[in-house]
Amino acid sequence: MSTVADVRSEELPTLLITPPSRWIPLELSELWQYRELLYFLVWRDIKVRYKQTALGAAWAVMQPLFMMVVFSLFFGRLAKVPSDGIPYPVFTFCALIPWQLFANALTESSNSLIGNQNLITKVYFARLVIPIAAVLSGLLDFLIAFTILLGMMLYYGIVPGWPIVALPAFILLAILTALAVGLWLSALNVQFRDVRYTMNFLVQFWLFATPVAYPSSIVPEQWRALYGINPMVGVVEGFRWALLGKSQPPGAMLWVSVLVVSALLVGGLYYFRRMEQEFADIV
Amino acid sequence: MSAISCELLSKRYAIGQRERYRALRDVIAETVSNPFRRKRKPESIWALKDVSFDVSQGEPVGIIGRNGAGKSTLLKILSRITKPTEGQVLIRGRVGSLLEVGTGFHPELTGRENIFLNGAIIGMRKAEIVRKFDEIVAFAEVEKFLDTPVKRYSSGMYVRLAFAVAAHLETEILVIDEVLAVGDVAFQRKCLGKIDALSHSGRTVLFVSHNMQAVRSLCKEAIWLEQGQLKAFGPSAKVIEKYLDAAGRNEKSGDLDARLQAMPADSSFRMNYVSLEQDGVTASTVLSGKPLDLVLGYSIFKDTPGFHICVSILDIEGSLLIETIHNGHAEEPPLVKAGDYVSRVSFPAEFFASHAYEVGILPSIASVRNCWPRPLTIPFAVEASGKVNQAYPGYATPAKLAPLLDWKTERLSKPIESAAATVTNASR
Repeated sequence: MSTVADVRSEELPTLLITPPSRWIPLELSELWQYRELLYFLVWRDIKVRYKQTALGAAWAVMQPLFMMVVFSLFFGRLAKVPSDGIPYPVFTFCALIPWQLFANALTESSNSLIGNQNLITKVYFARLVIPIAAVLSGLLDFLIAFTILLGMMLYYGIVPGWPIVALPAFILLAILTALAVGLWLSALNVQFRDVRYTMNFLVQFWLFATPVAYPSSIVPEQWRALYGINPMVGVVEGFRWALLGKSQPPGAMLWVSVLVVSALLVGGLYYFRRMEQEFADIV
Repeated sequence: MSAISCELLSKRYAIGQRERYRALRDVIAETVSNPFRRKRKPESIWALKDVSFDVSQGEPVGIIGRNGAGKSTLLKILSRITKPTEGQVLIRGRVGSLLEVGTGFHPELTGRENIFLNGAIIGMRKAEIVRKFDEIVAFAEVEKFLDTPVKRYSSGMYVRLAFAVAAHLETEILVIDEVLAVGDVAFQRKCLGKIDALSHSGRTVLFVSHNMQAVRSLCKEAIWLEQGQLKAFGPSAKVIEKYLDAAGRNEKSGDLDARLQAMPADSSFRMNYVSLEQDGVTASTVLSGKPLDLVLGYSIFKDTPGFHICVSILDIEGSLLIETIHNGHAEEPPLVKAGDYVSRVSFPAEFFASHAYEVGILPSIASVRNCWPRPLTIPFAVEASGKVNQAYPGYATPAKLAPLLDWKTERLSKPIESAAATVTNASR
């Protein structure tokens, strides 16, 4: 028989289990305890995705690439949408990459609790790990697509300036936006299963409300700050500013985006924590 | 010091809550059509009601009760998967729960990958998994298939690997739901041994089982739940006795008589009563250490050649184990004269294993007809109490029957050299 360490002498943590309450503390420190589980869930998602699809990494690239071709043809060539003096393909691709990161992360995280119901009903862990893992597992796809963007920039001879150091902040903003909305939707999705059918519509609608195919400069000056209520506006314009150099720095619009995301995220965390008390009973 | 103290723990489920989720569409439609009516409270049931108990640290506790008694709900609350509706639990120590083997196993991933994934899911640190990796692999006996996706595993290998990971979870409190019922005999024994070792190292183990023998031998104390309420809590032998008594009482009353009455009438035969008895008392749960009698009272209306009653014993899966004919030892089919009869067959002590069985009774007239279209069946359960394997109390044999056989072992005064040499060779 294998050896089993004795526990009698240890100081033991105590835990009080009580009925659900309306307001419960976020206890983000608990999330830190489960960081290894988070790592393994991200690792599982990536590993399985790349094992199951023959095309593997190619999928990560094909979707934004095709969209770029379509957008360049219809918006760039035929509709003559302005692109702030940047070649249209690279102008739109630079926005499509963070957009894909966001859209995939949002969809994955919204469906994540339903997809992991076997875990939720059988074992306890910080439930927040699930939507967060779903958001993070899209990062590899993003990195692969990003190398394509670098190739295109090289082709068009675009050299980014110092603003590139701000790029990680915009990536973070995209992830946090997806997580903030994903927290709300994933918890709602457990309760109301038809939420997932609204996802497609939401993502499409959001795409056209975001300056992916067009520059935000076509929005009248006095409305720009209001436009920033859509946090992806700040992300996309931030990407263009950091990488392509020619656009205006996002300014006020960005701060509105950051504010909106912070509010959504904090609200989403509290909502999620409150709803998670019942996940196992209704999922 | 108590590791777990439950105070008036209750859990309510809305009826149908588990089956059907709501659609946002419905909620909107309801609100639009009846904006002012208060939402009706859905009907609900108490899966647990006012359950209170204290478990001391290092105490293995068995939880018994029928299906739907609230055992799993209790485990789910203790392992923090779901919250109680009322009451509270104070827990000292980290809780690990094994409500299922292989939670989160992914079929596409290899055995090695799943060990890490599953380990992390049930709450092990990566360093801990790395440290115990070889031990887990050895325990599961899957060394050769570590880099094969588990979807190619046989079900036995899959379960062994899953349990092996779980068995190496070493939290102070372990909550286990009937995961012992996996794998082959040798593996089951290994699992029971592991649980025993865990509880001897000061860990508190709570486990649900239908295997009374395992509960009795592993647990000092047992909890008996019935319809969400705590029926008994105390020394496991006593609680199990009460539980089995009640189970027996519930089943014997009226039910068998009603089924006997429902059997179609026959022109030359009528069964008047049927009874399964031990120590002269009707019982549906019996002990393996005492003989078991089947008593049949019947009437024959006219002289019938070739009339016989066939009695069979089936296991819980319906496999036929024994068949015996009440006058089958005669040299040729006898003529059974009109009259009232009582036939009694006795199954010897030390014969059944501790399982659930069914006895089937079918009267027929040879080469003419069966008097009933199907056999009358009586379920019964056997509890181990005899001498078979009593030296190994944690071990419940999966064998269908467990007769006490006549073993003779003698210690030889002088070792047989050639035989000893053969053994050494073979074991190499």
